[in-house]
Amino acid sequence: MKISYKWLQDYIPLSEDPDVLADKVSRTGIEVASVIRPETGLKKIVVGHINAMAPHPDSDHLNICQVDVGEAEDYQIVCGAPNVAPGQNVIVALPNSRIAGNTKIKKSKMRGVQSMGMICSLQEIGFSENVVPKEFANGIYVFQEPVTVGAPVFKYLGMDDIILDFDITPNRADTLGMHGAAWEVGAMYAEKPKFETNDLVETGQSIANELSVDVTNKNLVPAYYLRRIHNVKLQPSPMWLQTRLWNAGIRPINNVVDITNYVMITYGQPLHAFDANKLTSDHIVVRQAQKKETLETLDEVTRQLSTDDIVITDDSQTPIALAGIMGGKQSEIDGNTTDVILESAVFDGAAIRKTAQRQNLRTDASTRFEKGVDTSAIIEALNAAAALLVKYAAATVDQGYLTGQAIKPQAVTIPIKLDRINHILGTSLTLDQVIEIFHNLGFGTAVTDGELIKVTVPPRRWDIHIEADLVEEIARMYGYDRLPVSLPKVAMTPGEFNPQQKFIRHAKRQLQSAGLSEVISYALTTEVKATQFKMTQLDQLTKLNWPMTEDHAYLRLNLVSGLLNDIAYNVARKQTDLAIYEQGRVFPKPEQQVRPNEVEYLAGAITGLTQSPNWLEPKQAADFYTLKGIVTNYLATLALKDAVVYRATDRYSEMHPGRTADIYIGDQFVGFIGQVHPLIAKQYDIHETYVFQLDLTKLLEMPNQRIVSQPAPKYPAVSRDIALVVPENTTNAQIDAVIRRRGGQYLQRIKLFDVYQGKNIATGYKSMAYSLQFQNPEDTLTEGVINEQMTHILDYLKSELNAEIR
Amino acid sequence: MSLKNDLEVLRDQGLTQIKATESMKDLNDIRVKLLGKKGPITNVLRGMKDLSPEERPKVGAFANEIRDTLTTAIETRKNSLEAEALNKQLAAETIDVTLPGRQVHVGTSHILTQTMDDIEELFIGMGYQVVDGPEVEEDHYNFEMMNIPKNHPARDMQDTFYITNELLMRTHTSPVQARTLEKHDFSQGPLKMISPGRVFRRDTDDATHSHQFHQIEGLVVDKHITMADLKGTLEVLAKHVFGAERTIRLRPSYFPFTEPSVEVDVSCFACGGKGCAVCKYTGWIEVLGAGMVHPNVIKNAGIDPDVYGGFAFGLGPDRFAMLKYGIDDIREFYLNDIRFLHQFNTEG
Repeated sequence: MKISYKWLQDYIPLSEDPDVLADKVSRTGIEVASVIRPETGLKKIVVGHINAMAPHPDSDHLNICQVDVGEAEDYQIVCGAPNVAPGQNVIVALPNSRIAGNTKIKKSKMRGVQSMGMICSLQEIGFSENVVPKEFANGIYVFQEPVTVGAPVFKYLGMDDIILDFDITPNRADTLGMHGAAWEVGAMYAEKPKFETNDLVETGQSIANELSVDVTNKNLVPAYYLRRIHNVKLQPSPMWLQTRLWNAGIRPINNVVDITNYVMITYGQPLHAFDANKLTSDHIVVRQAQKKETLETLDEVTRQLSTDDIVITDDSQTPIALAGIMGGKQSEIDGNTTDVILESAVFDGAAIRKTAQRQNLRTDASTRFEKGVDTSAIIEALNAAAALLVKYAAATVDQGYLTGQAIKPQAVTIPIKLDRINHILGTSLTLDQVIEIFHNLGFGTAVTDGELIKVTVPPRRWDIHIEADLVEEIARMYGYDRLPVSLPKVAMTPGEFNPQQKFIRHAKRQLQSAGLSEVISYALTTEVKATQFKMTQLDQLTKLNWPMTEDHAYLRLNLVSGLLNDIAYNVARKQTDLAIYEQGRVFPKPEQQVRPNEVEYLAGAITGLTQSPNWLEPKQAADFYTLKGIVTNYLATLALKDAVVYRATDRYSEMHPGRTADIYIGDQFVGFIGQVHPLIAKQYDIHETYVFQLDLTKLLEMPNQRIVSQPAPKYPAVSRDIALVVPENTTNAQIDAVIRRRGGQYLQRIKLFDVYQGKNIATGYKSMAYSLQFQNPEDTLTEGVINEQMTHILDYLKSELNAEIR
Repeated sequence: MSLKNDLEVLRDQGLTQIKATESMKDLNDIRVKLLGKKGPITNVLRGMKDLSPEERPKVGAFANEIRDTLTTAIETRKNSLEAEALNKQLAAETIDVTLPGRQVHVGTSHILTQTMDDIEELFIGMGYQVVDGPEVEEDHYNFEMMNIPKNHPARDMQDTFYITNELLMRTHTSPVQARTLEKHDFSQGPLKMISPGRVFRRDTDDATHSHQFHQIEGLVVDKHITMADLKGTLEVLAKHVFGAERTIRLRPSYFPFTEPSVEVDVSCFACGGKGCAVCKYTGWIEVLGAGMVHPNVIKNAGIDPDVYGGFAFGLGPDRFAMLKYGIDDIREFYLNDIRFLHQFNTEG
């Protein structure tokens, strides 16, 4: 809401610097987003009178004007506006003046003719397109009221005013009217605002003779009043009114419409004017819209109505307005209007909000009805508008008003104790201080027992209805800067992360120390990317009802696709060596559920080089085993009771069928690791990439080994190496299993140190070399014991795996 | 006294040889030659039996003296030869210490995680619990429990991604507070919590808007929690995140779930409050929203608002990080350009 400083001065004596005022308002009540001085940056712009005009000899649209700008001689100014004419008082930017956009106007020649400045439109001196009266929208502005030639234009156009832009929160709709704003500002300065009104003289007949009204849906229309106006003389509004409107951001249209808007910004109460002669009946009915009804609104859009909408109708037949939002085109006030029905009403905020949302039509009126209006000002606003119509449109007003639905504005009384205020704020305010603040706000008070205050809040502050609201009024008016500073004095509570939070933080630290950097991707993605790499086959996708874009329409079932997006983004920027991970949630939805589950996942991806070539080391490309090492090391830190098992799998269509393993803890599936399928990599536009994905929620639930300290071994360990030649499809896991099973009680560690295929090894075979470590914690192992065990192992490797010893 | 002369000659020659020796091997040869069992000194000592009893101790002492002199000279020479050899070796081993060191790859935690971790640790230290909650939330917890009934104008402040009429992507982490408040047993002590996490708004992504961002909300409820406590807590937070010299100020605002409600500004960390481009020449930067918990929120959780009350605050780690590190596009956080991420690999 744009608040005019001058207008405020009509209500309260104000001499404060507007910037200081703005800061004070911001600190005590409503944020002032900016202080606007419309004439800032403009200079040497004066009223000119066009004495004579002749067409430019070398142009079909330019005119040469002789303009009196208050100097001894007329200025010759070339003007191309279609509406320029002799006799007009116009806005002249003199040579060396500044107009909007800091543009400098100089003496110039236009097609050979000297031009001493420029005749301006309102837009050219900084007016927004939205507020320029239609008749001047495509041309220069022409003054309608007497002005002094040669004088600066600013005071005539209201540009010498200062506008405070109130950024009003939904609860303070009371300041969506100048009266409310004056109360708010007045409270800060302990000044009670004074409002003057024009007395309404009703010279017409009794309204009941001419008009009747019915409100059928009274629960949605808490108040409905009409007045009947005759003999309206439609014309532009007086300048003072036009300037107030455009400074408030509203376009002047004609005196009738302008007066309804002026009253709206004065009282915060939206009004509507119907052209009475365009109605077929003299019976107004307010009701719910019916199915399939339509209405063309003032913005020339034909709207399909719903039964949730409230409409004003002509004898219940034709809708003539979308209640509380916008009038109908058919009953619009126009140049021929003489008879007006004026409406002042209250419509249910939730209903208006719903309709405005569905119709995508937010207006000054709907905003106010949504947030509430001052119920004590409804009739006052109606009468004020009628009085202004008498004064500025020579109207005759019928006697009395019609009541479709009456409202009884009620003050609210809220009891509050002084110590309750101090208890909540941590202050030690006195009764006098508190009462003074309430009085400044215009609230009534009655004190009993020296501490209980019964506060009477007028209807214009409908945002206040409970004790906490009063506490806020005290706090902000007393000043937040003056509140003391302390920390909660409460019983001690332990502050610590819970087991899951610790588990997740541990996982992140492990991966970071292994060289992976954390990324955060979007949880909402495309349908395809949401389902790729999913680990639970039965779970379904969850879709947003009204996504903004298809790119973010589904809740992800995996983290890998996000990582691949990130890799693609980096690769496109020539960052090809990457090691990243994400920890976050996925949202699998079992078929019978509406709500998806939320499961904590951990996923990582590596691509390119893990070691770029340098003077010490050759380059090293990321491969399956690099990532497997990282995952294995991480899992080892969890001290899981059951063994980690990698089982080759080809079940993921997005993964390389020969280079992917499911990861099990014992017999529990917890994730997978492998190379992204080359076709998928191509789709993402990335190179060879290895990924893993783990279900952290499952891992957290896995049984752990309790760590029991063992003394460091006293007796030396003994190592034996063996090299085996085995058929090439024999896996490490098979060999490992045999050795482990036959290794005896002293076998401690098996380490694969060489895998070889090629020269000296028959085709279809490979050589695998292991180092076995034995240890007896109780005694030194003898050669005999170890030799016996090794023979045992080798025998089984031969018989079970056809292994040959090299 | 020819024996003595012989010894003196022996000594002088020996010392000259020792001094001139350049290798350990030669030195060892000299030692054997001079001091060995077949060496001249041993010979002299052996020949003592021929001397008179008066001369014997004199010559013996002199011979021993010569032997000690030579032994010491050899030892000294040996030390110096060793030192020379070591110096030579060290000289040969010299490396270019300006060559780069072996790379150790350590990953970086995301700057948003760092920002949140920092704040979480502060509050853990003050005895708060960190509570996570669902990202897919019920309308009931996200809005209604927070005193935002259906069709409340405040719903406009938080454009929402709905899944069904009752299910949505949470627009703030306040529903976690509602859920925790509902379950909290006040006989076990006050509720002090923060709830960090991902939130979603129905926004078009641009430099200052993101359909996904993060929040940390704080809540303290007990029998006597004051707005002064809120101010003190926020001051601790502001100083922790933005520097010990920072001050805060509160401005009235509106949130449906707090009353009174305030916006919190922190004095500009870039200019110290004098006014600069960062604070748009106001000296202050808006960093978070806060207030005293609305009695309806307390009541909705089944708690008596006449007995219990408290404060709540909510801040955006994305905004905090943008301010603190001068990041001017929120999308940077979610595009994950590795060069962007890696800048934040230092503590501080």
